Amino acid sequence: MLILRCPYCGVDAEETDLAPGGEAHLTRHGPGSDDAEFRDYLFQRRNPRGVHFERWRHAFGCGKWFHAARCTQTLEVFGTYSAQCSEPPEEIMTAIRTRRPDWEMPA
Amino acid sequence: MSSRLATGGRRIDRSKRLSFSFNGTKLTGFEGDTLASALLANGQDLVGRSFKYHRPRGIVAAGAEEPNALVALGQGDRMEPNQRATITELFDGLSARSQNHWPSLQFDIGAINARLSRFLPAGFYYKTFMQPRAAWKHLFEPVIRKSAGLGPAPTQGDPDRYEYFYAHTDVLVAGGGIAGLAAARAAAEAGARVLLVEQDSRFGGRSATDGVVIDGTDAEAWVAEQVAALSAMPNVDLRLRTMAAGVYDHGYVTLYERAGDRDPGAAPVRHRLWRVRAGRTVTATGAIERPISFAGNDRPGVMLASAVRDYIDLYAVSPGDRTVVVTATDDGYRTALAVRDAGLDVPAVLDTRPDPKGPLVDAVRARGIRVEAGRGIAKVRGTRRVTGVDICAQAGEGAVIEHVPCECVAMAGGWSPVVHLWSHCGGKLLWDETAHHFRPDPDRPPTGADGQGFAVTAGTASGPMDTGAALADAVEAGHRAAKALGHDKGAPRIPQADGTADGPPAAVWMMPHGAGPELRGKAFLDFQNDVKVSDVQLAAQEGYQSVEHTKRYTTLGMATDQGKLSNINGLAILSDSLGAPIPEVGTTTFRPPYTPISLGAVAGEARGSLFKPVRRTPIHDWHADAGAVWEPVGDWRRPYCYPKDEESHRDAVNREITATRSGVGLLDASTLGKIIVSGPDAAAFLDLTYTNMMSSLKVGRCRYGLMCTENGFLFDDGVVVRLSEDSFLCHTTSGGSDRVHAWMEEWLQTEWWDLKVWTSNVTEQFGQIAIVGPKARSVLERLGGMDLSAEALPFMAMAEGTLGGIGVRIFRISFSGELSYEIAVPAGRARALWDMLLAEGAADGITPYGTEALHVMRAEKGYIMIGDETDGTVIPQDLNLGWAVSKKKSDFIGKRAMERSALTDPDRKQLVGLETEDPALVLPDGAHAVSGQTNRFGQQETLGHVTSTYWSPTLNRSIAMALVSGGSRRMGETLDFSLEDGRIAKARVVDPVFLDKDGERQNV
Repeated sequence: MLILRCPYCGVDAEETDLAPGGEAHLTRHGPGSDDAEFRDYLFQRRNPRGVHFERWRHAFGCGKWFHAARCTQTLEVFGTYSAQCSEPPEEIMTAIRTRRPDWEMPA
Repeated sequence: MSSRLATGGRRIDRSKRLSFSFNGTKLTGFEGDTLASALLANGQDLVGRSFKYHRPRGIVAAGAEEPNALVALGQGDRMEPNQRATITELFDGLSARSQNHWPSLQFDIGAINARLSRFLPAGFYYKTFMQPRAAWKHLFEPVIRKSAGLGPAPTQGDPDRYEYFYAHTDVLVAGGGIAGLAAARAAAEAGARVLLVEQDSRFGGRSATDGVVIDGTDAEAWVAEQVAALSAMPNVDLRLRTMAAGVYDHGYVTLYERAGDRDPGAAPVRHRLWRVRAGRTVTATGAIERPISFAGNDRPGVMLASAVRDYIDLYAVSPGDRTVVVTATDDGYRTALAVRDAGLDVPAVLDTRPDPKGPLVDAVRARGIRVEAGRGIAKVRGTRRVTGVDICAQAGEGAVIEHVPCECVAMAGGWSPVVHLWSHCGGKLLWDETAHHFRPDPDRPPTGADGQGFAVTAGTASGPMDTGAALADAVEAGHRAAKALGHDKGAPRIPQADGTADGPPAAVWMMPHGAGPELRGKAFLDFQNDVKVSDVQLAAQEGYQSVEHTKRYTTLGMATDQGKLSNINGLAILSDSLGAPIPEVGTTTFRPPYTPISLGAVAGEARGSLFKPVRRTPIHDWHADAGAVWEPVGDWRRPYCYPKDEESHRDAVNREITATRSGVGLLDASTLGKIIVSGPDAAAFLDLTYTNMMSSLKVGRCRYGLMCTENGFLFDDGVVVRLSEDSFLCHTTSGGSDRVHAWMEEWLQTEWWDLKVWTSNVTEQFGQIAIVGPKARSVLERLGGMDLSAEALPFMAMAEGTLGGIGVRIFRISFSGELSYEIAVPAGRARALWDMLLAEGAADGITPYGTEALHVMRAEKGYIMIGDETDGTVIPQDLNLGWAVSKKKSDFIGKRAMERSALTDPDRKQLVGLETEDPALVLPDGAHAVSGQTNRFGQQETLGHVTSTYWSPTLNRSIAMALVSGGSRRMGETLDFSLEDGRIAKARVVDPVFLDKDGERQNV
């Protein structure tokens, strides 16, 4: 029963108010992509023990999608941010590095 | 035999006599008794039979850890099995029955299993009942289920009410013993909001019984003072009979409040499930005493030493005239003193330690009680209850030194902190080499969203077992919890406890240490699941190394008590057998709830009509009045058909279809999903979400569209209407509107956020009524207000206006192949329009029809239905809908997927129509077409399956649609379909459009 703050409406939302959307920052590979790219886009997901970027929707609230950076092992939340970006914003990266100095963004 | 003492009993009120029954026998007890203490007071020390061997079992404990005393409580619809007698408060009229025996508790046929125990070792079921396979289901399992088991399941619905309760607090304190009270007070005085919960009916835990003295006053007075002080504080809530059941992510805690158990039928709420968000959770859950593993340690009369004290002190119950104390700790001596103080006899204290010393040992010796050092029990004598013990040297193999007659054996194996709540959400444990138990590792707590630990342990739950250290720990815990949340008024005072700490306990995992197979095979670890020392040793011998595997193989700790007594002893035996240190073997996972909670509490109010909301259309009441047969469609209820008088459903459906095709029918289509998509980029967005081109649709026109997943599979369909240059109305399936709307939003918000598009789900804002059939136009024209001629409103066009004075939007679309108008109307006017249409159409025999008529008519026309013809693996091309998949668009969701070889394979299953050779035979839904060949598993090879199958009253024959491998190349072939009884039905592959292939009926 996680609590995540919706960055749109500012509400600290219970997990039951949220819908999970899996890994964040996937790059869509549409027509023109090769089979391997398309396969990875459609099916391959990271499942790290540690820092992870996820998509969530404030389903029983404002309805907005947002992103969350959190640790899957300790459940620490480094921050939530707009879904409308293709990589985590700097303040999120800073928050993660402060708490996890050894962590590196996976390629 | 156990009995009631003449005086004493801290909890009981002898002026209030209560009557209750056990196995139909009328007994009496006192207000303040538990069912367990009342049974013992009545001499009922045999309370059940064990799970596997049906051995006689008595009461072992006095609290939540009790493994044996499980009873079926209550009668009729309030009967509940497997209730622990030790935590069941006695009330007048209570009725309990013992479990797992036949024909009676005294004489149980199943006890033969005990004689056969050498043939029923660990993993017996896995090893024995392997072959023949069918016998498991029909022979072995039913017999095993009957003979091994707990109480019978209730057969009637639960009449009681249960509810959820939501609470937020700064500090939640779980446990109302002296540690919990001290922690709560420290946190509350620092200014934090505190909720303290105690599973028992009293505060104070064991302190009074154990003779604790705090700040110069006895524990009972000290506890009363704390409770009074806390009750007076506005920032504190105290709850009795409320157990912290589970601790979850980010400080979420569930509490289980037994609000009405003592008042069955009269209490407004029986159980309450609290859903708490706490800033910090202080686990002041105390400790549980460990039993000792010796032969016959499961005989009625063998109890935990602390429980013996409890029954004497709290309930004035003598467990028997003579109690032998067998101990590895100083604490066991407290029991010897308590027994002697009650005027009962202690023939011997058997201390496994070679040189017991200290104030408690001295006190016992001073009372003239015989203390035997380095001694243990070789074997308990007696069958239905203890008659005596054989004494041996603990260091030896069990040679009997002396037989001592007694009625009770008190086991004091040392104390283990209750670490469950700490562990539920990932708190880690340390093995304490001195105290021989696992205790919470304060450096590795469960962590919250801020990365800080959100649980703090307090008192004996932290590890220290002496009162002074436990109190200091508890005050510090309460203070720390409040401080972490910004509440701090300086270091609180720590109450001082009298007395010195007990000496270190011995680690006694097997008694005697060198016990041979004979004794090990009678030394029980898990009383409820009948797991013995020999079973764990066998598992280790057979190669089980992981504690989690051993648990499942032997069932150690898998009973309803979840190993509260057996856990540490079992681990120690396993670790010894494996030759690995205990911390390396580790513990099994602690999972919520701490003790079983009722399913009623979990369900709360979500029962009956509140279990799931039902969506009703604005015309629902009319359908109900017309006697509609309901069909659930998503969360909606739709009329399936409207039978008249004694008419069968099938006759009603046929009548509705014939009336519609020959005259005029009326359908409530309000459940259809309606999503408005608008904005400058609406057309571009719909080009991406539909497989076909929507940007080319003209204002005022309709187009049938398909939606696929990014994986290429068809998942929804419906008619799109262009309302204006930058506004579209997208119809979806009845069950799909929420899903489709969420899906559109997902793409807009997370992928194409540059598009200027707004979506709005207006499904419930509009009613929608389809008027269908050759006479539809005439009925509408008589209502007046709009030009509905073929020229003004051609097929696939939309018109706005008023009809009979009601503002409407009319779509000339058809799902039946007939002349058809779908009329959208504000939901509040839908019923008025429906009534008006019925009245106006009466002269034409206008006939309301339900979903089944709709289905048959669409199938007669070969129209697909999402969920019938699609199953998540079907692409539009499979359904001959390739025409609706744009080849011009550079991109749409699913386009890339459709380029994969598996999706372009010509042998994919494709939609065909079927005509059975016997026109009267309606194929079963889902029937498989078989080739007559067998596959490599020896099963019949299948070519495809039936997706829709109906009796067509229009064609006076059966029709069906099927997805068949390479179907479009099989026109005219006859396929074999296997029926449930093994017969084969032959059907010819035909065009799925059975009726009016040229569409002449709707082009009028």
